[in-house]
Amino acid sequence: MNKYKKITLDGLIYQNPTFMLVLGTCPTLGLINSAYSSLGMGLTVLVILTLSNIIISALRKVIPGAVRIPCYIVIIATLVTFARMCLEKFLPDLYDSLGGFLALIVVNCIILGRAEAFANKHTVAESAVDGIANGLGFTFALTLMGIICEFFGNGSLFGLQIMEFKIGMLSKPAGAFLVYGLCIAVFVYCIDCFERAKRVKANKLARENLLKEAA
Amino acid sequence: MGTFIAIVLAAVLTNNFITVKTYGICPFLGVSKKTSSAFGMGIAVTVVMVLATLVTYPIYTYVMVPLGFEFLEIIFFIFIIASLVQMLEVIIRKISPSLYNAMGVYLPLITTNCAVLGVAELVIGDMSSILGEGVAMNIGWAAAYALFAGVGFTLVMVIMSGLREKLNCYKTHKALAGFPIAMVTACFICMAFAVFSYIR
Repeated sequence: MNKYKKITLDGLIYQNPTFMLVLGTCPTLGLINSAYSSLGMGLTVLVILTLSNIIISALRKVIPGAVRIPCYIVIIATLVTFARMCLEKFLPDLYDSLGGFLALIVVNCIILGRAEAFANKHTVAESAVDGIANGLGFTFALTLMGIICEFFGNGSLFGLQIMEFKIGMLSKPAGAFLVYGLCIAVFVYCIDCFERAKRVKANKLARENLLKEAA
Repeated sequence: MGTFIAIVLAAVLTNNFITVKTYGICPFLGVSKKTSSAFGMGIAVTVVMVLATLVTYPIYTYVMVPLGFEFLEIIFFIFIIASLVQMLEVIIRKISPSLYNAMGVYLPLITTNCAVLGVAELVIGDMSSILGEGVAMNIGWAAAYALFAGVGFTLVMVIMSGLREKLNCYKTHKALAGFPIAMVTACFICMAFAVFSYIR
């Protein structure tokens, strides 16, 4: 069980694909001007990433090592084509707001990266958990920044107008770059402080134990 | 002539791939630490973009649309781009080893670059806002658009690498060092490029 907990925590926080590894930046920067489209993008990537991880880890003994990257790309491209058809049929407004970035999921480094770094070495269950964790990490990061950008840039949340005050720059790519950069900095800083506090606590505990033993 | 100028202005300035469309950010942040490597990456991306458009546009218009399998465009395009990059790498290594040393290292990275797939997807989509009324899309305009989109990409890469070289001389806070400060820098480039959106 501990193994799954570690995979989940890695995907969500310690190796968060958006904040810690800075992967999949193009859709992030292109879509965080609206919370709805960034949430939709996150969930689409979550589904595709989980499915591609499951398929690739199930086929990891079949795919020959020398041509594995083209094989992964075919699998991912097929899934993206399916996702595109489903969205076009069932969620046309989300399909319109994602625009060209829907097709570009196929070159999203997170999906190929997880396939190469994780799914081709681990079992199906582990890969599925990894896909869900990384997808949730991506969704969380995108939605957080989407909410920030939309609230301050447009004065609304998920399309619902809340206030009149707005900073127009934040709904443009320039604001997306700014918010993304500052979010990474804050996230890294928080994790750093958290790790340091944990280390100090562990050191204190160790010293107390040592003193107790000595006494 | 008017259409050509419109394409140049749109692709390089008003609809710049990095600052307006946010395509191809991975190389923009990853390979922009030195001006020479940024320039090499920009040229490599430009070459691959033009070649990819020259191959994918006719295949889409003359093969996939008449046969009715447009829905396979993503799979086809990514395969064409991947094999094109591989072929280009082999050819350049054979013809000019010095060019290969300068540009070849960036080629494998380009397969998973959104800018290349992005331009292939854009030129088969609705381009009427850029071409103007009554101008039909053809392979020449598609290639011109790809070429100047690549030029715009290279321009922003070189600007960014110059700024980042200067930035290396200063000490930044530990949390801001690396990607965050690069993104804040990119924010200012974007703001500068946003001024061009007033060109009509």
